[in-house]
Amino acid sequence: MGDAVLQLEGVHKSFGTKVVTEVLKGIDLRVERGEFAALVGPSGSGKSTLLNIIGLLDRPTQGRLAVAGEETTALDDAGLTRLRGRALGFVFQFHHLLPGLSACENVMMPLIAARGRTADEMRPRAVALLARVGLAEKAESRPSEMSGGQQQRVAIARALALSPPLVLADEPTGNLDTKTADQIFGVMREFNRELGVAFLIVTHDPRLAARCDRTIDLVDGRIVSDRRQTAT
Amino acid sequence: MPISWFLALRFFREGRLQSVLIVAGVSVGVAVMVFLSALIDGLQQSLVEQTLGTQAHIVVRPPDEVARPMRTSDDHVAIAARVEQTAQRARSIVGWQQVVEGLAAMPDVTAVSPTVSGPAVAIRGNATRAVVLYGVDPERFARIYPVRRRMIAGRFEPTGTACVIGRELAADLGVGVGDKVRLTAVGGVSDVYAVGGVFDLGNREVNRRWVVVATRGAQTLLDLVGGVSSVEVRVREIFAADRVAADITARTGLVADSWMRTNAQLLTALRSQSSSSQMIQFFVILAVAMGIASVLVVSVVQKGKEIGILRAMGTARRTVLWIFLLQGGTVGLLGSAVGAAMGAGLGALFQSLARNADGSPTFPIAVSAALVLRSAAIATVTGVLAAALPARSAARLDPAVAIRNG
Repeated sequence: MGDAVLQLEGVHKSFGTKVVTEVLKGIDLRVERGEFAALVGPSGSGKSTLLNIIGLLDRPTQGRLAVAGEETTALDDAGLTRLRGRALGFVFQFHHLLPGLSACENVMMPLIAARGRTADEMRPRAVALLARVGLAEKAESRPSEMSGGQQQRVAIARALALSPPLVLADEPTGNLDTKTADQIFGVMREFNRELGVAFLIVTHDPRLAARCDRTIDLVDGRIVSDRRQTAT
Repeated sequence: MPISWFLALRFFREGRLQSVLIVAGVSVGVAVMVFLSALIDGLQQSLVEQTLGTQAHIVVRPPDEVARPMRTSDDHVAIAARVEQTAQRARSIVGWQQVVEGLAAMPDVTAVSPTVSGPAVAIRGNATRAVVLYGVDPERFARIYPVRRRMIAGRFEPTGTACVIGRELAADLGVGVGDKVRLTAVGGVSDVYAVGGVFDLGNREVNRRWVVVATRGAQTLLDLVGGVSSVEVRVREIFAADRVAADITARTGLVADSWMRTNAQLLTALRSQSSSSQMIQFFVILAVAMGIASVLVVSVVQKGKEIGILRAMGTARRTVLWIFLLQGGTVGLLGSAVGAAMGAGLGALFQSLARNADGSPTFPIAVSAALVLRSAAIATVTGVLAAALPARSAARLDPAVAIRNG
């Protein structure tokens, strides 16, 4: 599968048994290492369903999916969990940090989940990541003690804790003002350029999509356009 | 630290008020369990001690004489139409020395005392009292009854010329140590004994009736020379007395009455007390389990989104299961530690309040290490079991749904 971090072939997804609703109607998609792509589309077009399937949180009804070169069709739940932890980072619209943990512990969480236990060397790595998003001094703060933008930056640091080849971001700036949204976008772009991490960003914001290298347009469960552009 | 412990403790700390309340609930439950167990144990121990302070665990005696119907020798036809029940005379255990040796060698038996006993009359001046005469070996007798600790005057050294009597009898006869008493057995044999000591076994009837002399003296008075009428036995485990008695009967063919048979009512009362205490404890455990389970069920609902995120970040289902099981166990363990201390405190308080007229405690309440450990183990296991259902539902959460709906 070459250097693709993500490859979908003929992916269909239907819900319901008596009344079947087909949400994804044959998706073919390939995301290369280091790409910075936006997934756009109107509400109900299947973006979240597609992201859940790519994020290995849901399985396609039909079709093939490979993440970081690993075919997922035959993997059981534990196998999917392991691959998700190793190959994927998540950034959600509402940041979804664990409220009982400090910023540093939140960033450490994927490392702890991968190792199955806490370890001393995880903290410096987490602090270094927080420093890269400009939040070194907030390492011991709880999410409730931080602004929305700061929380989202912690979420980005968390998504990159295990240096995954692909980060999935679901409306990462949807809940932020324009200035903060720009900052968050900048942080993601920086990680993309410096570390070669591929980003697939679901967004409603055409301004943000235009600043990506590639825009994938999903309408009614089908990719209607997939164009590469020079980022602004 | 393993991830499940790390998150269990963080979740536990995060829901501080909830955690404190449920630990307090478990503590109260465990305190009730510990206090109630200690109270019932103390009460039962005290009752049993009072009963067995004046009674041997097992009394071995010859079987009752039975009149058989007379029959013709050839065709076994009954000659007499009616068989008269025979009166039971004082008889010795045949080969009692061997019986004593055999009993002493049994692993469950801790002391054996051959005894000659029978009715007699104690006379001093105008005062005459019906008594029970005991002829014993002082050393062996003292191992069956706590008589040496209960002497209030003189010493417990019954001989051929000195007897030991109870407090009430001494008062009735108006005698003290050194005074003379005439003992006359119902057969008419009579002798004069000096009072060598006065005991108080804590039972008026015993204090009023018992006259203890040396074996030979009693044998002469009761016309049972060289014999003993019974063998008294002390066993290691008092509630095994029935079993040991049955064993003795099987081995010797003699009648062996255990204290459990002669005090069947007391035993029934003790057993009913134990079962009511166990029932209370069962319902306390049930309430503790439901309390823990309900808190964790709410917690799983509250933390649905966080569980979804953890799963999205590669946390295994098994880990999620363990997070909640450990929380249940931690609640049980913490609650049992606090509860055991509370139970011990309640016990001490009760003991300081409930006192006899002379200021001594009514009965001892001992919170033993075994009781604390047992309660802690029960509470912890209950915590883990109570967490099983919520933990399972947490582990089964679909991460995509949990994140979307959480």
